[in-house]
Amino acid sequence: MTTITVKRRRDSKRAVAETKPRKPLSAGRVVAWIVLWAFILLTVFPFFWMIRTGLSNGRSLAANSGSFLPADFTWGAFKRVLGFGTVAEAQAEGGSGASINFWLYLRNSFIVSTVATAGQVFFSAMAAYAFSRLEWRGRDKMFALFLTALLVPPIFTALPNFLTIKSLGLLNTLPGIILPSFFMTPFAVYFLRQFFLGIPKEIDEAARLDGASHFLTFRRIILPMSTAPVVTLGILQFIASWNDYFWPLLIGQTESSRVLTVALGVFRSQTPQGTPDWAGLMAATLVAAVPILIIYGIFGRRIVNSIGFSGIK
Amino acid sequence: MATTIAPVPPRTGRRVPRIALGKQSRSDTFTAWLFIAPAALGFAVFFLYPTLRGIYLSFTEYSLFGAPQFVGLDNFAAIADDALFWNSMKVTLWYVVLNIGFQTTIALGLAVLMHRLTKSGIIRGSILLPFLVANVIVALVWFWMLDYQIGIVNTMLGWVGIDPVAFFGSENWAIPTIAFVNVWRHMGYTALLIFAGLQTIPTTVYEAAAVDGATEVQTFRKITLPLLRPVLVLVLIITVTGSFQVFDTVAVTTKGGPINATRVIQVYIVERAFGRSDFGYAAALSVILFIILAVVAYAQNKWLRGGESDLA
Repeated sequence: MTTITVKRRRDSKRAVAETKPRKPLSAGRVVAWIVLWAFILLTVFPFFWMIRTGLSNGRSLAANSGSFLPADFTWGAFKRVLGFGTVAEAQAEGGSGASINFWLYLRNSFIVSTVATAGQVFFSAMAAYAFSRLEWRGRDKMFALFLTALLVPPIFTALPNFLTIKSLGLLNTLPGIILPSFFMTPFAVYFLRQFFLGIPKEIDEAARLDGASHFLTFRRIILPMSTAPVVTLGILQFIASWNDYFWPLLIGQTESSRVLTVALGVFRSQTPQGTPDWAGLMAATLVAAVPILIIYGIFGRRIVNSIGFSGIK
Repeated sequence: MATTIAPVPPRTGRRVPRIALGKQSRSDTFTAWLFIAPAALGFAVFFLYPTLRGIYLSFTEYSLFGAPQFVGLDNFAAIADDALFWNSMKVTLWYVVLNIGFQTTIALGLAVLMHRLTKSGIIRGSILLPFLVANVIVALVWFWMLDYQIGIVNTMLGWVGIDPVAFFGSENWAIPTIAFVNVWRHMGYTALLIFAGLQTIPTTVYEAAAVDGATEVQTFRKITLPLLRPVLVLVLIITVTGSFQVFDTVAVTTKGGPINATRVIQVYIVERAFGRSDFGYAAALSVILFIILAVVAYAQNKWLRGGESDLA
């Protein structure tokens, strides 16, 4: 993370230097700005449309398809998604009236993402410590082997992993969804090792000379010194896990083991009036996206800055 | 390690430097295995073993009941004659070409625009937003916006006198539509990757070009593009590999249809494995996909000389 902060500081300094003799707005720059804003509008508009549709009455959507305001404003869609409305109310506004255990799926998604992220980050950090701080035979070969896993496409391991989870008797359970990413991901090990290598060895050697065990050094020196990358990694992996669809679709088919993304897919297939319950569907997608939007609101800069790092290095 | 610091205070009598070397490295190995044990377990069970097992299964016939029957290359021979497989390859390739072509061009444009115009964190932040939202959500929102009858896009097309388009419903439009949806989701992320690469180009080069009176277009073609090449190659390897594995968007919208128009390779694999309990065949299909991805990544890196920089 340090390299990134340094770079950012230099950038902002350069930005200041550039803006002082303000560049005249040439025709070319005006066009460039318009193009840039057009793309930003294209990026943001669907989110607006989710909100607009979620606040509409499903039965009025067809008649008001071109209106930018909610069609026949109502909280009904959110109510039926969150289970507060009655069946009659839901059906009156174009819902199926079937109960959606939204809170259950939300809870499942939280459990899966939190447990998988916590386990993965902690165990990967331990492995990264061994790969960056300890001298042992076969270390570099082992690390290279770990990295080859980055090249294997997820679909390739998904089928055999399904069989493994099945023979462990964990089909349609949350542990079955969590397990494959609980112990490590190659990316996490690689990402953390890079940062650990950047911490001067003198620091933890001093601790070792004072008699600290490796475990103590890891917990008291290395981990606290790399809070920033650990948190960044945690956020990225939480988001990835929250958004994952393919694996939970294979493993969690029952009501009790269904996560949000899978539930949304099921919800979309229900067509109470011949067409999906668009208002309810948009309300549901919005609620499913909210946790990520909150995380993004809090850690936005950190996430944006991590992109250059994870992609290029 | 610690041995380089020779004068260890003889507080612990047994730590005489020379012996400490042997002792410490031996205890290091033990400690290292303690540290690595959970990750190694996860790696062995959920990465290494399934990779090997996947290769083995591709040579078998296995319907989830009983034991896999070894059949040699039968699956691969069958795949060679499988019209659905060739269709899925064609569809997937068409998707990859459209997806990567538009995505890379747009992202490159966005990155250069941001680089030249603004350092605004808000702009960078909003442009990344779609990437952070689940594939499923993105697919559903566009599925709704592109609805044939009451979707906003067709409504808007109607305002300018264009007939509604069955974006997801027609064989010709389905793949371009899905490609577009994923371009929308990934263009900001890709732009930021390229943007990060642009910042590694020293400003002195641009200043020199400006002094020499180079136009914006010349600067872009003669400086930005060549110096950006290693970054672009990396971006392409990441995005192309991901693009071949498109699944979520198809699974929640067209489910492979209309007819076979969007039955991309990963959808076909899942259908074979779980729809028809044909695990051996599905495993063979994944082996082929794996090989294609490896060859494509290798070729990109080699032809586009990803390892070398022109910044000398």
